[in-house]
Amino acid sequence: MNTVTPNLVELRDLKVAFDGVQVLHGIDLDVGHGEAVGLVGESGCGKSVTWLAALGLLPGKASVTGSIRLEGDELSAAPRPTLEKVRGKRIAMIFQDPSSSLNPVLRIGRQLTEALTIHRGLTGESAKAEALRLMDLVGIPDPRRRFDQFAHEFSGGQCQRLMIAMALAGEPELLIADEPTTALDATIQAQILDLLVQLRSETGMALVFISHDLGAVSQVCERVCVMYAGRIVEQGSVDQLFGAPRHPYTRGLFDAIPRLDGPRQRLVPIPGTVPNPKELPRGCAFSPRCRHATQFCLTNKPRLLLQPDGRSLACTNPIEAGREGAVQAKILEEAIR
Amino acid sequence: MVQFVLTRLLRAVITIAAVVTFAFVVLRMSGDPAQVMLGPDVPQESVDAFRRAWGLDQPLWIQYLAYIKSIFTGDFGVSMRDKAPAIDLVLERVPATLQLTLPALLLKLLIGIPAGVYAAFHRQSVTDRSVILLSILGFTIPSFVLGLILVLVFAVTLGMLPSGGQGTWAHTVLPILTMSIGGIGILARFSRSAMIEVMGQPFIRTASAKGLKWRDVVWGHALPNAAIPIVTIVGFMVGSLIAGAVVVESIFSWPGIGRLLVVSVTNRDLAVVQCILLIIAAAMVISNLAVDLLYGWLDPRLRSRAAH
Amino acid sequence: MKPLIEARNLVRIYEMRKGPFSRPQPVRAVDDISLSVVPGETLGIVGESGSGKSTLGRMLLGIDAAQGGEILFEGRRMPPLRSPEWRALRARMQLVYQDPLAALDRRLTIAAQIGEPLDIHQIGSTEERTARIRELMDAVGLRPDQAGRYPHELSGGQRQRAVIARALATQPSLLVCDEPVSALDVSIQAQVVNMLRDLQEQNGIAMVFISHDLKVVRNIADRVAVMYLGKIVEEGSSDTIFHSPRHPYTQALVSSMPVPGKRLESRVILQGEPPNPAARPSGCAFHPRCPLATDLCRSKTPPLQQIDAGRTAACHAVASHAALAA
Repeated sequence: MNTVTPNLVELRDLKVAFDGVQVLHGIDLDVGHGEAVGLVGESGCGKSVTWLAALGLLPGKASVTGSIRLEGDELSAAPRPTLEKVRGKRIAMIFQDPSSSLNPVLRIGRQLTEALTIHRGLTGESAKAEALRLMDLVGIPDPRRRFDQFAHEFSGGQCQRLMIAMALAGEPELLIADEPTTALDATIQAQILDLLVQLRSETGMALVFISHDLGAVSQVCERVCVMYAGRIVEQGSVDQLFGAPRHPYTRGLFDAIPRLDGPRQRLVPIPGTVPNPKELPRGCAFSPRCRHATQFCLTNKPRLLLQPDGRSLACTNPIEAGREGAVQAKILEEAIR
Repeated sequence: MVQFVLTRLLRAVITIAAVVTFAFVVLRMSGDPAQVMLGPDVPQESVDAFRRAWGLDQPLWIQYLAYIKSIFTGDFGVSMRDKAPAIDLVLERVPATLQLTLPALLLKLLIGIPAGVYAAFHRQSVTDRSVILLSILGFTIPSFVLGLILVLVFAVTLGMLPSGGQGTWAHTVLPILTMSIGGIGILARFSRSAMIEVMGQPFIRTASAKGLKWRDVVWGHALPNAAIPIVTIVGFMVGSLIAGAVVVESIFSWPGIGRLLVVSVTNRDLAVVQCILLIIAAAMVISNLAVDLLYGWLDPRLRSRAAH
Repeated sequence: MKPLIEARNLVRIYEMRKGPFSRPQPVRAVDDISLSVVPGETLGIVGESGSGKSTLGRMLLGIDAAQGGEILFEGRRMPPLRSPEWRALRARMQLVYQDPLAALDRRLTIAAQIGEPLDIHQIGSTEERTARIRELMDAVGLRPDQAGRYPHELSGGQRQRAVIARALATQPSLLVCDEPVSALDVSIQAQVVNMLRDLQEQNGIAMVFISHDLKVVRNIADRVAVMYLGKIVEEGSSDTIFHSPRHPYTQALVSSMPVPGKRLESRVILQGEPPNPAARPSGCAFHPRCPLATDLCRSKTPPLQQIDAGRTAACHAVASHAALAA
């Protein structure tokens, strides 16, 4: 399809199982050069596991199958040294809990220069100078003084800034941000999102933004994948998905979020709970919670299929694009105003 | 930092004082040295003379004050049996004890920590299972049982090694083994669980995601964190370098401090027993102090919290 | 209506040391806060970490003692912590907090834990207690067959339901909820929020709902107080306060809430971080981050004053604006 500009990363039929329990059921996902893709879903849907698996960062008991290609080079089952050259250098990753993601007993400066040494061969004063530049770039005030401090001497927001600085050290082509703002306060969250958007426009790197927060995703991404129980259920541009969600789960996520504007109505929750990966329903994994489910849905697994409007959808009984979509768009419009 | 060290020092001094006082009181309430030293058939006059000579006829608190005063002048009393300064008798035995405990400590460190780290990364492997088994044995089998088993196997049955006494290096093998086997298991178990715990932390994932080589993740990022709990148990082992061989020295008739302690207690040789207990307490307290300081050095979070 | 609970000029100070050499510094976690809640009403308290909102919640129940000010429950002074009168009163006011797993005893079944307050306060006979437990489980949406389950056998949402059922066992008139849905997924969060609204409607419980999530607070609360560094900076009805925030901090907070579809560029992004509570800025504590700050803000703390009907704010700029308009 994309013969002119091949994708940066292509995941094909990526599956992950922990101790025989399958948690990821075949993910197909492309990330283009410089593109920002959001991965949305509730805890346990596999959005983080997908990328930890792609980088070989899952614990040993996880079994990963399928294909992970970085500009055509196969990474799955690649030897450890190959992966180590990709990690941090071509694909960097930051995590949810910034304070515990930094080593508590090593100085911040050392953790930064270490990355610069392995990826860019910088040592001594030149590494320090570059580390200070990165700290300044991500908005750490007074970097020279703070270079020799430890993680516990920084606030949560600053720790996330440092994580981002560390991720930038290798000048990666793709940054994977796994719930980077979830643990932070609202005003700090906004700062970090702003920083990510700004850095992406300056460096041109691609971004995968993993979050359960639809709002945050819509602010930094162009394309969104919604995941449920280890599968992608809907994929499309931000405007498509937010304007007219077609999978009942996507729609359910929107409806469940309370609004800051408009009348204070009762919320519309999704009934039931996320299924246990050990005992998934036979058909569509969402069918037991789905208002649109038919007998067919209970017994047949829907495949992720390309739709005429360019989105992909895994649902045999989706919400019709015209009617309910229009209502949704109207509510959104009100929300924006 | 100064305040931190000072409070710890003060605590150390209080601990030693408590041990010394306890030993002094208990010893004097548990049997009469005169009876033990002189035997049962001695006339009462001789007993009284002995008591006067050693000051045992004074009230307990006067004896105690005199004892404390003499400690500060560096006088640790005179052995009732050998009539020599107690401190000399004790110090004379130190090298013999260290001849056993130092190699045993070295074995524990050199085998225990690497085995534990290896086991952490090869769970359910032979090493891992051996580490777990060994640590259970270390906790449950008393050293006199282990010592006797080793003697039975290597000295009596196989005749490979001597069963006791001091002489060639061969004499040290069984006592050192007896002392180190359990310790290796315990230290390995500690290192193993410390390492497993640290390897599950988010910052280890960060270090891997950064592209660090596996080796650098383990040695550069995991070990400095795992060292914190390991230091605790090593500190305890260092502290017991002097006192840790009481039972083993008795089994193998090794002329170290432990054996001296047992003999002196039996004889109610007050000055010697007190002197040994004082040295044991001091060793423990000093190693504890060292561990506390080491914590501060290993864990920057404690440095800023140290004042509390 | 007469307030169920009323707090007057509450102050809580704790001491914090920065380093081993420095003197302990007083940190005003809660600084001169007055509020009241009438029966059946929900007061939302929003603020970021370190704003003192959780401390305030605990003080309202008398768990954290106040160093200044007083709390009146139904017009009477709150008895001292752990006194028999306080224990008796505790049956009428309950706390629900964020982590249900920490709040539950992992060795006891759900039913046993829900019934625990009934045992403690010796309410009803054994049969009556069993019936009450079933009733409570039904009210929070737990199935009867889940009574014998242990906490780890339930999902996060179900655990929080069990905690809420336990809190409701003694038919309290006041429920203080500290981030009760923050650990839950969006779809489950909506279930629990709806449940709390229903329970309140049916039983007329007054609620203090503490959260950092403006969207949830707006949905559940009638009135909202916004806290910054131990002080209330703005208070008003939840319909108006987020629709037209007046205090610059509330404005930034509302603006920083990511709303699906709202672009990042249109938002006010506050610079800097909330200051360390131990090094509270002079004057208005918000001035270092405030776009409107003047010399007056740097020197004088603005009082919380009425700016509209049923609306207060602690801001010099807003106050002068309101005075001009009047």
